[in-house]
Amino acid sequence: MSAGRATRTPVRPARASVPTRGRELRAARIRSGQWAAWAFLAPVMVYLLAFYVYPLYRNVDLSLRDYTVRSFVRGDAPFTGPANYGKVFADATFGPALWHTVVFTVVSLVFQFTIGLALAVFFSRNFRLSATLRALFLVPWLLPLIVSSSTWSWMLNSESGVVNAVLTAVGIGPVNWLTSPDWSLWSVTIANIWIGIPFNLVVLYSGLQAIPSHVHEAAELDGASGWQRFRLVTFPLLRPVSGITLLLGLVYTLKVFDIIWIMTRGGPSDASTTLATWSYRLGFGNLLPSFGPGAAVGNLLIVIALVFGLVYIRAQRRLGAA
Amino acid sequence: MRAVRGGWWRTGLGVVFTALMLFPVYWMVNVSFTRDQDMRKSPPYWFPVRGTLEGYRAVLEQQGPYLATSLVVGLGTVALTLVVAAPAAYSLARLRPRGGGVLSFVLLIAQMIPGIIMAMGFYAIYLSTGVLNTVPGLIVADSTLAVPFAVLILAAFMSGIPGELLQAARVDGAGALRTFWSVVLPVSRNSVITVSLFAFLWAWSDFVFASTLDQGGAHQPITLGIYHYIGNNNQQWNAIMATAVVASIPATVLLIVAQRYVAAGVTAGAVKD
Repeated sequence: MSAGRATRTPVRPARASVPTRGRELRAARIRSGQWAAWAFLAPVMVYLLAFYVYPLYRNVDLSLRDYTVRSFVRGDAPFTGPANYGKVFADATFGPALWHTVVFTVVSLVFQFTIGLALAVFFSRNFRLSATLRALFLVPWLLPLIVSSSTWSWMLNSESGVVNAVLTAVGIGPVNWLTSPDWSLWSVTIANIWIGIPFNLVVLYSGLQAIPSHVHEAAELDGASGWQRFRLVTFPLLRPVSGITLLLGLVYTLKVFDIIWIMTRGGPSDASTTLATWSYRLGFGNLLPSFGPGAAVGNLLIVIALVFGLVYIRAQRRLGAA
Repeated sequence: MRAVRGGWWRTGLGVVFTALMLFPVYWMVNVSFTRDQDMRKSPPYWFPVRGTLEGYRAVLEQQGPYLATSLVVGLGTVALTLVVAAPAAYSLARLRPRGGGVLSFVLLIAQMIPGIIMAMGFYAIYLSTGVLNTVPGLIVADSTLAVPFAVLILAAFMSGIPGELLQAARVDGAGALRTFWSVVLPVSRNSVITVSLFAFLWAWSDFVFASTLDQGGAHQPITLGIYHYIGNNNQQWNAIMATAVVASIPATVLLIVAQRYVAAGVTAGAVKD
């Protein structure tokens, strides 16, 4: 008894101090945990500041100054504020470039999405070789853009291209795909659609897989035809995934530069110039570069891409929450 | 029974669709074997019946240095990407840093910035620091294509690692660094390989950074090799297409190898749930 009492007395203060010590310990662990967490993040933070934030800052700086080749090297170009933006808006190329960007993007998205969706529905029924064939569809997406663009350039060559050979054989006659201002924008759009189909197919296919099969079976039992099932069941259920596919496709298509530059350089006479190729041409395409206006066009493009990018992220969050 | 349905007509149709889709790829291969004198023949030879290896000889003779540069740039990009991305992914997935959510958001946004805009900013910086037209400069620029993607993919995978595994390491007295190096990284092997393959492929395929930051460089990548070929108004399309075929090899390897790894990553995640 007395031993119990004796032991209890020293225990009491110790017990009372346990929670505070525990709290301190936990706080210390969290503090050191935060320290470790940020130590592991340090490389990427430095990286982002040096190789994302700083180049973007330089780009904004470029667009607000009046640069020449000499002042570009010496870095003492006079600050002109929004003058470059004014110059860009007043340029005769601005309207057509904006319009071509819209046409290129919208037409690409409509066809990529429609063809990708049709193929996804086709492949969603497993059949012999379906997995292999679906994997082969990825090839155009994985090829370096310069490879696909130069292949399309040669296929669409006016005199010796295989496309015109086929068109002549069926009696339609040759088309000056890349050298006629009426056709060059369509040519680069066709090549871009081809490159974008695999992405749409893959994302929409996985979206279709997520629709439970009993939904289809129920519709089938109710006597819905194949087209009805697609229009009334599959398509509405696929709407969130479709939205995300289109938005992500939009952000990617706005960025497209390689294909157009390699196939037509935005020509002939600006007939296939978009904001991206115009920005490149201003900065790098001429003997006398105009970095200021080039950077200004680039920053306009960033703003457009980010607006749709934020819409995309919001849509994806909502899908994730649902 | 439901697994295979629809019979052979679906397979037949699927083969036709795939053939149509891959026709440009086939045509690239076909042209790469075509003789110079047949290049402008109408109608063209549909199969390389009178084929030549002339184009591939030109690749071997002229494109070797370009291919070597691309290999170095690709490997350098993979190394830089992993060094920056893997610790960050571990931290975001496992160490719960305050502000981690904001960082993930920033990375998501970073992926959407058009390359041509980054190129202009890099050009201004490289010109004043003397990094223009160098291989390290190109590696740094190319890595911006892969780092945000790598952090997000690796973090997604690492957050699926069973907690008991990391607990066990802590009980054994391993600190965060030790846990990262000897537990997390080996377990994440498949996702690390997947990320590496994509980083390599993007660096290998890059044209925007190469044509702006390495235009006058002594060592230029294969994308510029092809571009110079076209730009010189070269009529040797068999050589151009042969170079294109060789430049497509990494993509083909990725499709064959990474398919397995991507699938492995997906099933690993599915099993854990």
